[in-house]
Order: sequence, then structure tokens, then C-alpha cells
Amino acid sequence: MRRVAIVYGLLALFALCVPWLGIYPVFMMKLLCFAMFACAYNLLLGFGRMLSFGHAAFFGSAAYVTSWLVTAHACGPATAILGGVAAAAALGFAIGGIAIRRHGIYFAMITLALGQLVYFVCLEAPFTGGENGLQGVPRGTLFGFLPLRSDVVMYYLVLAAFLGVFLFIRRVVHSPYGQVLKAIRENEPRAISLGYDINRYKLLAFVLSATLAGLAGALNSLVLGFATLSDVQQSTSGEVILMTLLGGTGTFFGPVVGAAIVVTLQEYLSDIVGGWVTAIIGVIFVACVLSFRRGIVGELAARLGTAAARPPVPAATQ
Amino acid sequence: MNLHTLGAAVLATCIGLLSPGPALAAGDEVVIGDLDDMSGVYADVMGAGGIEAINLAIHDFGGTVLGKKITLLTADHQNKPDIGASKFREWADQNGLNMLLGGSNTGVNIAMAKVAAAKKVPLFHIGPGGASLTNQDCTAYSVHYVYDTTALANGTATAIVAAGGKSWFYLTADYAFGTQLQDAASKVVEAHGGKNVGAVRVPLGAADFSSFLLQAQGSGAQVLGLANAGTDFSNSLKAANEFGITKTMKPAALLAFLSDIHSLTLKTAQGLYLTTGWYWDLNAETRAFAKRYFARMNKEPTMDQAGAYSATLTYLKAVKAAGTTDSDKVMAELKKVKINDMFAKGGYIRADGAMIHDMYVMQVKSPQELKYPWDYYKLVKTMNGEEAFGPITGLCPLAPKK
Repeated sequence: MRRVAIVYGLLALFALCVPWLGIYPVFMMKLLCFAMFACAYNLLLGFGRMLSFGHAAFFGSAAYVTSWLVTAHACGPATAILGGVAAAAALGFAIGGIAIRRHGIYFAMITLALGQLVYFVCLEAPFTGGENGLQGVPRGTLFGFLPLRSDVVMYYLVLAAFLGVFLFIRRVVHSPYGQVLKAIRENEPRAISLGYDINRYKLLAFVLSATLAGLAGALNSLVLGFATLSDVQQSTSGEVILMTLLGGTGTFFGPVVGAAIVVTLQEYLSDIVGGWVTAIIGVIFVACVLSFRRGIVGELAARLGTAAARPPVPAATQ
Repeated sequence: MNLHTLGAAVLATCIGLLSPGPALAAGDEVVIGDLDDMSGVYADVMGAGGIEAINLAIHDFGGTVLGKKITLLTADHQNKPDIGASKFREWADQNGLNMLLGGSNTGVNIAMAKVAAAKKVPLFHIGPGGASLTNQDCTAYSVHYVYDTTALANGTATAIVAAGGKSWFYLTADYAFGTQLQDAASKVVEAHGGKNVGAVRVPLGAADFSSFLLQAQGSGAQVLGLANAGTDFSNSLKAANEFGITKTMKPAALLAFLSDIHSLTLKTAQGLYLTTGWYWDLNAETRAFAKRYFARMNKEPTMDQAGAYSATLTYLKAVKAAGTTDSDKVMAELKKVKINDMFAKGGYIRADGAMIHDMYVMQVKSPQELKYPWDYYKLVKTMNGEEAFGPITGLCPLAPKK
């Protein structure tokens, strides 16, 4: 335990020092937002074994609602983020309510279809700016005294949110609710026979995941100052699946590692190969699924025979 | 060693290995950025040729200004506003960017204009058409250099209505540029006694135009207004030809570049009216530039590529005259000078950021009229800058309506 504490301490120290290490803070904020998004997704896939293909809908809708509240209604950042998160939660309730009635591939297809529906709403709705998206979203001042215009202040806000989400997910998974969720993951009929109303547990997992994904989307839109169709489109849903699988589903730190790798690759490769980034990331995805199905963290843990190692999560096969 | 330790170790390693290096101190260089579509529908219009043109301008200027080396950064925005805006912001924050040019996509350029205003970095819109860039989306640091949708409509739509094309149906690229071009053309058509029958919006980079073209055919309009650009324009015109629509409807190229006409061939494109801000075969000066460009790229430059060359020189001259790269002082200098080079004669940058210069209404030659390679246009009319770009609208807060 002491070793764990030391590593976490070092990592926290690193995260706190980022603005003084010459690392571009906007890049780190984007990375943290996607790490948050991947952690939220992992709650659903890793601990609830529900493979959603439409998670960008929550990330993107929160980004749009937040940006819209700031630009069209001059809301402060706190209200706007709250509004965005609430929208994602409501959407998660609606989409989850429909999707959890089916399993495996059908669940995935329903989330895919509804995710695309949200995409087209964002494309056509009058307040979203269509192909242009919502641009020039000012970060404003949080609680009236924190000027988010400064990258350093914004970075610490995002870092705090990330830590909050990370610890919250750990808490949820270790709570009695999380144990029931895992029981449902391992054997649904047995959980039913024990008297659990599994649909309520699954719906709650879905809504929690959507809400946290929404928080990531809302913060991301404030960091970058825009909400665009890239936030809601199918490839973003694919990316978050990739991040989670690459890092390791069902591990706490896996999604963070996956997000760090994918976001960094995108950042670097887009300068060198432009539009080919998608193809390269696709190849990585295939390689990951074929050769190390537990993901980086999962695989390392399994090799060293630690207790947390579990069999890989079969994607959409139940 | 347990799972979390491992995770933490892996993360720390990744970040350590891969995160961007420390910011470049750019005090001893002048940094110019070119963010453009390098791989998509507008790659032929500007793309790699644009980079070559900018490099040529830097070379012609001597490679240094105020004793500082001039460096060029380039990136592909993939026609995504988010990529354009975040790359621009990163260059401004990390690389000491002094000026950005390019774009080619009005949507991306609107996003970049917001960054230009926030970061106070001059932005030369080269390829995008949307006139909103000097109206609702204008900033104190924007210059719209080559052409805009108002000028295109004033040129092409006026010529076609005068030639008898009274009723119009539009095939519109579904984003800021297409809709603004359609609006501008519709206004011109109506002002000249024509009629707008309808329009259909087509996604950017569509592969199949058939259903949209059938709607156009069913409209009974005389003119098929193509409010799109780049390969979208050439693909839709090719498809219209294959469907035989061009026999009953007259296609109107609201924005066509030399590269489009080259890929369409004169057989398909002959007789089209189009408006351009520059043409390689206008006079001895343009031919001299085109010859140098041709030697490098093995094709003639489009108006955007020539504009990128001219804009780079104009900026560097302004830096030299102002004696500083301070954005406000350079912008003040830019708005004072007359631009006289192979691209524009007596051009000037108006308070709203529009670069006012002559525009040319051209007609595409028939294959029989072709005398030498790339001899594609004949001049129909030269519009002076004020006629082409119209009066200041007052939508830009920097330029109140007179």
C-alpha cells in the first residue's frame, strides 16, 4: 500500500506542476477531459459490461448545451456546466431507459442508432450552428472570482474535476451498489434470482456514466472555446471505446492511460499525417484487440499475477 | 506492486515520453502559419501549392525581416473547425505565431477568427469565401484577401441573369460558405429581375449527387446554381453532365478555381461563367509569377495560391514599414497601404478587413479556342473593387455604415 501511495503522490505532484513544466496546458486539459470521458465510459463497459456505441452523444450534447448557455444566454461557467451535465443526464436516462432492455449486440446497436440521432439533431437544430458548431465560447469567471481565462486556473479546475470523477468512480465501484453491478455483470440470472431489480441497477450505471461523460464534454467545450460536430460524431464514440480497451477495461487506471495515449497520438500524428490519423488509430485498435485483450494496464497486472486481474471483457458477446 | 501502481507508472511514462516539448522561444524569428485543407476537397485549390507560394514569397522577401529569420508552420485542418481553432491557439500560445493565413473553409475560418481576436494575431483569410468574415465574424485582426461571396455573386450571377438565365435552383454546400454564397447570389438574381425557385443542401464532400440533382431537374428552373467549391463543384458538375441535366439547365459556377476547370477539362466546363480574383494569364507580371510557380509545382497557380503569395509579401512589407511585429501596429500599417503587386493593383484593406481589388468575370473557353496548355479563360468583364465587393454593410462593428 505504501508503494501505491508513493506513486499516486508522485503522479499528483506531476499533475500539480504541469503548468511549470513547459507542457502546453490546453493539451493537458484536453487529455484530462478525455481521461474523464474514458473513466465514465469504463464505469459502463468495465463494471456493467454494457458496450455503448453512442457515448459521444452525452459528451457532445453537454458540450453544446454548455456552449449555448454561455454564448446565447450569457450564463456563468458554473451554471453552464451544470446545465450541460443535466442535459447529458437527462439524455442518458432517455437513451439508457430504452437500451438496457436489450443485451449485447442489440444494446450496442440501439445506442449507436440513438447516438446518431443526437448527432443529426446537433447538425440540424437551429441553436447548434450546423456544420460550423458553436464558436468563440468565453470561459468567463467561476463563482465570480476565479478568472478561467487564464490557462493555469482553468487547468486546476479541470484537474480537480478529473480527480473528483476518478475518486467518485472508485467509490461507486466499491460501494454495495457497485458490488451488485459487478454481480449483474458476472451472472445476470443469478442476480435476478437473488431478488435484485437489475434494470434499475443498469439504468443507474448508464445515467451515472452519461452524466460524468457530460461533465467531461462540458469542461472540454469551455477549455477549447467551442462545441462542434466532432464532439457528437460516431468517431468520438469509437475513440472512447478504444481508449478504454487500450488501457484496460474494468481497471481504474486503464482508461486514463488509454486516453493519454490516444490523445497524444492524435496531437502528434495530425501534424505529420493529417487525415491518416484515423486509419492509424484503427490499426492500433485491431492490434490491441488481437494481441492484448486486457489492455495495457490489465495485461501488465495479469502478467504480474495481481489479484485485480480478471479475464478480458468480451466485447459485444454475451 | 499492484494494479494501481502499474497504471500510475505507465501513465507517468507515457506522459513523460510523449507530451509536447517546452515552448519555443520565438523572439529571434518571425513565425508565419498556414492552416489549410491539405487532404480534402479544397486541397487542390490551396493545399501544398499554397505552402509553395508562401515559401516563394518568403524567399523573394529575402528570408528575414527586421533582422529576424522568417519561419513557416503548416498544418492540415481537415475541414474541421475544432482542429483549425485548436491548432491556431496552440501555435499562438506555444510557437510565438506572428501571423496566420489560409483556411479555405468558411466554417473553419470563422472558428479561427475567434482565436485571432482572443490571441491578437493577424489572420489573412485566403481561401474561404464567406462574406461574414468581414461582417458578423469580423475582427480587428482579420484581412479577407482574395475574394468573397458578395464579389462572386456580383460577378457571376449578374453576368448570367444578363445573359437570360432568369430562374435559379441552387445546389448548396451545407455549411457557412455554401449558404452565404446562395444568399448572396439569390439577392443579386432578384435585384436583376430574376427568380429563385428553390435550393437543396448537400453535405460537404458528398460522394453521390444523384438525388440532389434530380430535385434540381424537377424544379424547372433555367439555371443550376452550384453554390459549392473544390472537388464538390467538379463532381457535381460532372454528375449533372452525366444525367443530361446540363442540356435543359444552364450550370452556373458560383465559385470555380482553375484547378477545377483543369480536372473537369474544357469539354465539360466550356461556356461556364465564373468570377475570379486573379488569373495566371492576365498580364506579363502574372505570367512571370505563374512561370516560377509552374517550375516548382508543374501546374498553374489558382487565385488562392497567388493570393497567399501576395498576402505573405504584403504582411512582411507592413512589418518592415512598422518596424515591429506588434499586431496592432502592423494592422494599422496594413490598413494604410496600397497593395501593388502581381496580384492586385491599387488594392487596399478596408476598415472591415476586406481587401478591395479588381475582380474578373471570366468565361471558360471551348476546346477549339485553347491555344496552349492551361489557356482556359477569356475575360468578359473587369469589375473594380468597389463594384465587386459592394459598400460596407455596417454588420461589422469596426466599420460603421456610412
